[in-house]
This record gives sequence, structure tokens and C-alpha cells, in this order.
Amino acid sequence: MKLLSFKLGIHPPERKESTEHLKVEKAVEPKIVTIPLQQHIGAACEPLVKVGDIVKLGQKIGEPQGFVSAAVHSSVSGTVKAIAEKPAASGGEVLSVVIESDGNNEIDPSIQPKGDITSLDPKEIINIIKDAGIVGMGGAAFPTHVKLSPPPDKKVDLIILNGAECEPYLTADHRLMLENPEDIIYGLKAMMKATGVKNAIIGIENNKMDAVKVMHEAVQKEEGIKVAVLQTKYPQGAEKQLIYACTKKEVPSGGLPMDVGVIVNNVATAAQIAKTIKTGMPLIDRITTVAGKCIKNPKNLLVKVGVSIKEVIDQCDGYKEKPGKIIMGGPMMGLAQYTDEVALTKGSSGVIVFDEKEATTPDPSNCIRCSRCIQICPAFLRPVQIAENSAHNMMENAEKYRALDCIECGSCSYICPSKLPLLHSIRVAKRSILAKKRQQKG
Amino acid sequence: MDEKLIVTSSPHFRDDSTVHKIMLDVIIALLPATLAGIYYFGMNAARVLFLAVITAVITEAVIQKLLKRPVTINDMSAALTGLLLGLNLAPSVPWWIPVVGSAFAIALVKQLFGGIGHNFMNPALAARIFLTISWTGNMTDWRAPGVDAVSTATPLSFVKGATEVPNAAPSLFDAFVGNIGGSLGETSAILLILGGVYLVYRGVISAKIPLIYVGTVAAATLVYGGFDLYFMAYHVFSGGLMIGAIYMATDYASGAITPRGRIIFAFGCGVLTSIIRLFGGYPEGVGFSILLMNVAAPLIDKYTSPRVFGEVK
Repeated sequence: MKLLSFKLGIHPPERKESTEHLKVEKAVEPKIVTIPLQQHIGAACEPLVKVGDIVKLGQKIGEPQGFVSAAVHSSVSGTVKAIAEKPAASGGEVLSVVIESDGNNEIDPSIQPKGDITSLDPKEIINIIKDAGIVGMGGAAFPTHVKLSPPPDKKVDLIILNGAECEPYLTADHRLMLENPEDIIYGLKAMMKATGVKNAIIGIENNKMDAVKVMHEAVQKEEGIKVAVLQTKYPQGAEKQLIYACTKKEVPSGGLPMDVGVIVNNVATAAQIAKTIKTGMPLIDRITTVAGKCIKNPKNLLVKVGVSIKEVIDQCDGYKEKPGKIIMGGPMMGLAQYTDEVALTKGSSGVIVFDEKEATTPDPSNCIRCSRCIQICPAFLRPVQIAENSAHNMMENAEKYRALDCIECGSCSYICPSKLPLLHSIRVAKRSILAKKRQQKG
Repeated sequence: MDEKLIVTSSPHFRDDSTVHKIMLDVIIALLPATLAGIYYFGMNAARVLFLAVITAVITEAVIQKLLKRPVTINDMSAALTGLLLGLNLAPSVPWWIPVVGSAFAIALVKQLFGGIGHNFMNPALAARIFLTISWTGNMTDWRAPGVDAVSTATPLSFVKGATEVPNAAPSLFDAFVGNIGGSLGETSAILLILGGVYLVYRGVISAKIPLIYVGTVAAATLVYGGFDLYFMAYHVFSGGLMIGAIYMATDYASGAITPRGRIIFAFGCGVLTSIIRLFGGYPEGVGFSILLMNVAAPLIDKYTSPRVFGEVK
């Protein structure tokens, strides 16, 4: 079989063996959930409930503000205990609704099956997705209804489902593909109907050949849907790289996938869309991989949005040794947490815990100009030169070296033998350049 | 929770390669040729190598102490510079030649410009040229291998100004295995290539640079010699071409860093070496060629920036 891939990139250790054969387990019912009213870029939700209110499972508790925003729902039934600033997965604090569960999981009366995709029209499907607060579940949590509503001048003719799961450790999407291929296909067909797209590709890395097989069988009778086997390489699941692997088209610099006629969504997002259409249940839970050296019993857990990292880790029998670093997401692009009280969000694909040794960043030394970062950068940039200019506060130069084209995959920092925090420096440059651009505009 | 967690920006995963490992790999790659040099030229060679390496390491430590910088002799880069310089010297040189050379390489070419990664020229090569220009007699006092150590000419001096290999010249086989007069480490082409294969296998260097460099010299000498394969092979396997193409032109800090820039860099080295060898005043041109291309590297990088993903040119 011919393997599809993007150009360049790296191949970090996969470290998936601790969880890839473990069935998804339903997590223990939480006693308390802390649901952030902002779980992605874009506008935060306005709370719809007050302290003391009784809420039901699936009840909308946060109203989206503006188009790029997604509704937030209660993942338990119980009483609102507080609406307050709580530690956020992205660092800092975020306004969150704290709900004490009554343990009954009493379902909100508004939760009703939405019918079948054959009877729903495109507009209805998009509204269902919007009302259910469905966002990209690969990590960025970008509102899905926005992705599925391209402006009329952009002609979209392909949907790519991202089952690459190129981050080390993570196996949540892998297990989902093995255990629930029907929902993934159903959700994909809903997206295709919503956008009027006739063709779809499901991209899966070849370190998950069992998932390839299952998905391949699942699409046998479906028209226009294919499974593409991707080379196991990082960042194969990055949006632009995945599009290139599947179509050999490059998303123009500064552009969006729709500029080459493509919409990319995660397999978990597709499965959630199916679940919402079939049962009416909004996005209130997700599969997350809990792994890493410090976890006693690594697991794939179906967890409710709003559960704390600590509670999730407790269900994996706690820490094996003193934790050094807790990462929400994968180790390449995930976010390091300052406390395990942070709540899981719709985008939490994994909780990875490193011991102190793994967590300690090595001391950087002089760049020896080996140019490995240039040889592997999947955006074809010269990371070291952007980073050098950034470190000397020469942001115009950093922009000339195309800092804004960086996809922040972290491959440069990974490969650097001098252990330079290249991506960190590039991020500093990007923030500074963007801030200046906003200033000029405003 | 009570424990303090480490919070950094992503990625949280790092490759296990280090500068130390890279330098060590190059030293390992040079070991066969180094041992061959000692085998052919005896204690003289061992003495030159020892003095070159030890002076390089001491100079680096002293300068870093004086400048109150962290002492980085553990990264092995100074030892490698010393070894490369030693391999570039005639085994008969007086004791102070490797000492002065290594001190010059580390102090002036490397540390004064900011230490590892900041040298715009290959330190060992710059030192060799500095020594050759300053003490030409000592630096070109070539001896034949063996205990008698009689004065001899290098293979390249036999083909200087010629378009074919004269009968008096050493055999190609001797040049290939290193049984000839010359610098103590550059004589054995086969062992240098062996080390090069190791470096490519370990991912330390790309095979492109030596292949293009040597290929260019091969093509030029083939045409110049009227398609005399023996003449071409003689040029390719003798002199400093192998050590230069595999170990010096591939030096990270002083070479080009863009993919296309590296090709131009290697090609330029090949062209300059051919011109100097075939038309210039010296029998050998590898050192000068690489240094000239070192100086041109930033300019080459500037004009060979790679196309960014999604960029339409």
C-alpha cells in the first residue's frame, strides 16, 4: 500500500504501547464538575444559570457570544455551586460554572433525537451542531459549525477526517476508530450533507493498521468516502500537512483549508456529531488518554467535560512517583499545567504526566548551525534564523523570515542538538508581530 | 496540590542528540585515519596529534575562563578541532607548529568570534593555512612513510602542471591506502571514506556535500586530463580532497545552512579546488577553496532561502 505523507517532519518515539490496546473505560461519575465558559479561541460564553440553580444533564449553561463561539452544557445533573474564575487549561484563569452532581444524571427534557440525516436539511444539521456546542476535538476546539459554514465564494469539494493522531502517547482517536467506526462514518456523512460535499478521505497513520482495517471495512458501502493510509510521522495530523498528504495541495500561506477546497475535522468530532443527531445529547464528554511514566495505570477514559485532572489521574490509580510535569494534550503541542485542579475541556485529548527527570528542560547551548531545524521544518521555514532575530528583538527580520507561517508543531525544538527553545522564541516573535499588526489596524 | 510542577511552552519532548554526541561521532569517524597516520608515520605522528589536541583543549578552557564564560571543553569540539589540525600537518613538523596552530584556531578563529557555532571559518583549516603561509618550509617538509622518514614529494606535486600521471609518481593504490607522503591524516582515502560513511549513517553529515565536492573535482580533472581516468582518480584520491570534502566542507558553523545553499557551497568548493590544482601556483587547493566558500556562505544563504510551505513564487 502506498503511504501518503507531507514533506520533512520528524519521527519522535511513539510511546503508545501503554494504552493502544486498552478499551475505552467510562470514568466514574464526578461529584463536582468545573465547566469553563471559554474552551477555545473566540468569544467566551455568557452564563445562563445562577448560583443555586438546579441543572439537568445536557442543559445549556453558557450562551455563545458571536459567530466564532460554541455553547456550553452541563455534563451532570445537580446544583450550581459557584460561577467563578478557576484555573484554565491554557494557563491563567477562566470564568467557570461549578456544579455539584446529584448523581442521578437526570436528562434535560430538551434532549431529544434529531431525526435522521436523510431527512435533515443542511441548515438544520449545522444548527444542531451549533446548539450542541460541538468543537474540534483534536485539541484546538475550534467551533465546528464555523468550519462547516464556508463563505459562498469558497468552493469546498473535500472533507478530510483526521485520524492521524500523530502526537506521542495519545490513543483516544485510535480506540474510537476501533470501537465506534459507525458513528464516525455517520457524523462524516452529516458533515458532507451539511456542506454539499461529495468526497471524503479518512486519514490514518500506519502505526494504527487495525484502525485502518476497521475503518476501511466501515466505508465499503459508502459512496465517495475513502481511507488514506498515512506514514507515521510528526506532524502528520497538522491540518495543512494532512491536506498536503491527502491531496498534494498546499494551503496558501496565511490562508485556510477552504482556500484549497478542503474542510478538516477530527474523527472524534464526527462521532460526536453522530451522537448528537441520534440522541440529541450535546458535547458533554469525550475520550481522553491518560498516560506517561508517572501514571500507575494508563487508560483511555470517557470523561465528562469539567472533571479535574486530579480526579482523572486518581482513576488511573494515581501518581506512581512525584510528578514533574502535567501536560494537557500530547507532549509535542500540549499545554503544561501549573496545577492538577484544572478542568478537562472539550479539546482535552490527553493528560500526560512526566516524572521530574523527563520534565526538566535541558540547558541550551550555542547554536552550532547544524541546520537540522531547517531540514525538518514542515512549513519549510528556517526556525533558527527566526529564533535568533526574535531573541535580539529584531521582529521585522523575524517577519521577513516568515515567522507567521510557523504552525507551532515544535519539531525544531525537538530536533535541536543544542537544546535551544526555538519554537518558544518563534512564538514570542509571532505574538509581537501580530500585536503590531493589530496596532497598525486599530 | 503541594508539589511544584514544571511549566514550559511546548514541545515537552526532546530528541536525545547533543552537541557532545555529534562531535564524538566525528572523532570516532576520524579514528581509522588517525590510527593509519600513526601506523605509517610512527611516533612523530602521535606526537603531533597529541600536541594539537591538548593545546586546543587547554586554549579553549583558558580563554573561556578569562572571558568568564562557561567552560565547554566537554562538548569535545575543541578536541575535534585539534585532531583535525593535527591530521592536516606533516608528521615531521617541529613541536611548536601544532601548538601555535591549535592556539590560533581556538583563540582567534573560534573564541574571538563567540565560540562554538560562531566561527565563520573552519578553525582547523584556517590554522593550517596560517601555518603554511607563515612557515612554508616546515609545513611542506613531506616525508615518506616508514622509520627512515626520507624527504619525498606528495602525489599531487607529481601531477602539478601535467595532464597525465608521470611514471615516477607513487601508485594509485598507495595513495588510496595512505602509503604516501603528505599530511599525516589526509593520506589514506579509503579510511577517510569509511569514516564518512559512518557519519552519513549516523545522520551527522549529509552525503550530498562530499559527493558534489568530489564529483566536481572528478569531472574537472577528467576533462582536463583528456578523459584519462587514471589521472582523474589520482586527483580524487590524493591530497586533502577526501578529508576536506568529508570533514571540513561539512563543518556546520562555517558552511551554508539552506538546502540549496549547501549544494552551491559544495559545488563552489569543487570548482575552486580544481582551478587551483590545475591552473594555480599551489599543487593543492582544498584548504583555500573551503575557506573562500566559508566566507561566501552567509551570502549564499541569503540568496537561497527555501520556498515556504504554501508560498507561491
